[in-house]
Amino acid sequence: MSNATTNGIDTWLKKNTFHHSQFRDLKGLVEEKEKRGLSISLCIPTLNEESTIGKEVVIFRSELMMRYPLLDEIAVIDSGSEDGTLEVARSFGADTYRSADILPTLEAKKGKGENLWKAIYQLSGDIIVYIDADIKNIHPRFVYGLVAPLIFRDEIQYVKAFYDRPLASSQGVRPSGGGRVTEILIRPLFSLFFPELAAIIQPLSGEYAVRREVLENIPFPIGYGVETSHLLDVYTRWGIEAFAQTDLDQRVHRNQSTRGLGRMAFGIMQTFLSRVQKLGIIPTLPDMSTVLRQFQVHDQEFESIQHEIVEEERPPMITIPEYQEQNAARTGSGSASEGM
Amino acid sequence: MKQGIEAILDELPSFERRIDELTEILLTNLVMVSEIPAPTFHERRRVDFLLERFNEYQLQNCSTDEAGNALGILPGEDPERNILVVAHMDTAFSDLVDHTALIQPGFVGGIGVGDNSLGVAAVATLPLILEKLDIRLNSNLVLMGSSRSLGRGDIEGIRFFLNNKDISVSSGICVEGVKLGRLSYGSIGMLRGEIQYRVPEEYDWTRFGAGGAIVNINEIINRMLEIPVPRRPRTTIVLNSIDAGASFNTIPTQASLQFEVRSDSGELVQDIANQIGDISAEVSSQTGAEVEFNVLSRRRPGGIKFSHPLADHAREILKRLDMNPRITPSTSELSAFIDKGIPAVTIGVSDGENVNEENERVEIGPISQGVAQLVGLILALDRGCCDE
Repeated sequence: MSNATTNGIDTWLKKNTFHHSQFRDLKGLVEEKEKRGLSISLCIPTLNEESTIGKEVVIFRSELMMRYPLLDEIAVIDSGSEDGTLEVARSFGADTYRSADILPTLEAKKGKGENLWKAIYQLSGDIIVYIDADIKNIHPRFVYGLVAPLIFRDEIQYVKAFYDRPLASSQGVRPSGGGRVTEILIRPLFSLFFPELAAIIQPLSGEYAVRREVLENIPFPIGYGVETSHLLDVYTRWGIEAFAQTDLDQRVHRNQSTRGLGRMAFGIMQTFLSRVQKLGIIPTLPDMSTVLRQFQVHDQEFESIQHEIVEEERPPMITIPEYQEQNAARTGSGSASEGM
Repeated sequence: MKQGIEAILDELPSFERRIDELTEILLTNLVMVSEIPAPTFHERRRVDFLLERFNEYQLQNCSTDEAGNALGILPGEDPERNILVVAHMDTAFSDLVDHTALIQPGFVGGIGVGDNSLGVAAVATLPLILEKLDIRLNSNLVLMGSSRSLGRGDIEGIRFFLNNKDISVSSGICVEGVKLGRLSYGSIGMLRGEIQYRVPEEYDWTRFGAGGAIVNINEIINRMLEIPVPRRPRTTIVLNSIDAGASFNTIPTQASLQFEVRSDSGELVQDIANQIGDISAEVSSQTGAEVEFNVLSRRRPGGIKFSHPLADHAREILKRLDMNPRITPSTSELSAFIDKGIPAVTIGVSDGENVNEENERVEIGPISQGVAQLVGLILALDRGCCDE
């Protein structure tokens, strides 16, 4: 890596890396939001999250709508939960949607990325903040820590969460980073092909806040690759300066099994390789399998389990006619935005 | 136009309705408090939380004291009158236990939610509730999260405050998370003790009575239960916990027993404590083991009378909110008020179950009633309805 790249990363880290405590003055934050005429929507994508969704909705509604009106809407977009997720969320005052009911003329697809993509159509905020529903230690900082850089700094487009609160540390210097898939797969890949992106401490975190103008102009893989593709697409179009990241301390959530992480890595690899091909970095790739094989032992016999993992993608929302019509109706201009 | 307590009673249903609209804010405080571990003597992070809330509501004198209490004052018109509303912040759980709380339709679950995160949350939300109800008080309202309350803490936080305050506290309300309808205005005499039984390393296991610590602590228990306790004044000896032994093939060399002696008579409590001390010494001399008897905390019996206007109005308020008052003696913060001769009551905010268990929970529905009760009591004290 060149010195210039290293210096660029260091400068970006200093300028665009925040800690949530910098934004704890919620009164000031709301004043600034209102001064700038911004509206903010919270999207919580769900699939069978009845045990945690109630707390998220209550905390965000009471702290960030009733006490400090930072959020203009809170919406739960659900992939088809079979438990009481939607009922619980609704009972505590969230707007709730089944993903399949949004843009019903399109063929329904199932995946977290689908919910995130449809939120762009369904929600009205100038900024959309996405927060996963499985966070056990939910706190208002998860929202204000992410939207604040967008409120204060016009040039920032995309703010990513990271979590860096060690349980114990005796040294002045200690490693900081993401989970297993990040450190074994994503950061090495970014270091090889997009060194500046390696400075994003937790590229796979499910919590981020983004300006609508960016969201509507990028495609959305509906599966595991959505976060990776966001980073690559925003980076190649707007550069590293468009990103910021906020330390939200600690996130307590369910841990995935190593096999689950393997499936995630497989989906992410598909997205990554398709992007580097599209960008001409690796001009030609062979046809690749969409089947991940994992193995188990059954009565002393090894047997393979095959997982078909296809990273389907939704096009930029700005290209969807219904969205263009909605935009036209909203602005009264009669023509859709052409994007940035 | 009605005045005094009647006017307050008439306002209660409207308070309850309007408080119901603020329940989410209280629930958020409940969850945020619950998720901060606060074993006794380690309440610092809950102090920070409460002070942050008090500062947001622009209370005066937001501060902590040497005992680790969290304090803030909502100023009234008459600085001579001070009503102290207190909820203890500490819990019976180690900070190593998972403190995650969850909100489900109808209830909030998590360790310590009832004892006493809900009480703390009610105190944390009170300034906002009074503001939304458009209530301005004549008295200063002193809000306090008290430290070092449970077990070995021995209500040290509230005692420290009442011993060292530079304001005159005219009355007090102790807020407990559960159970709605409970009402305490008196304390019974109580002593909490611990007996530690230790066999010396060079112990001669062939001597008479050498059956190990469990056998011998059992002997102490048998002797304690032989102590005659009268029906009048009401008196009981409660064995609270026992800790001894490890596994097979290991003769236990240590045992500890925690117990309470409760009585309407303070003299009787002391007399029984003396007898338990004698039993410990006797068993020690018989077995050659070290038997240590420690008193962890004491409460003197006392409190305001049944006919005191505060007790009377507290019952009326509960009845007007369609609850039957359950009058129970208290051994918590209330005792500190009693020791200082300050009229005070302890109330509960909601219903709940499995208190101090890992599956502890509190009901959401009754919270607005519980808080309306608290507001009604504050108004009754503020408007002089409870003056003798």
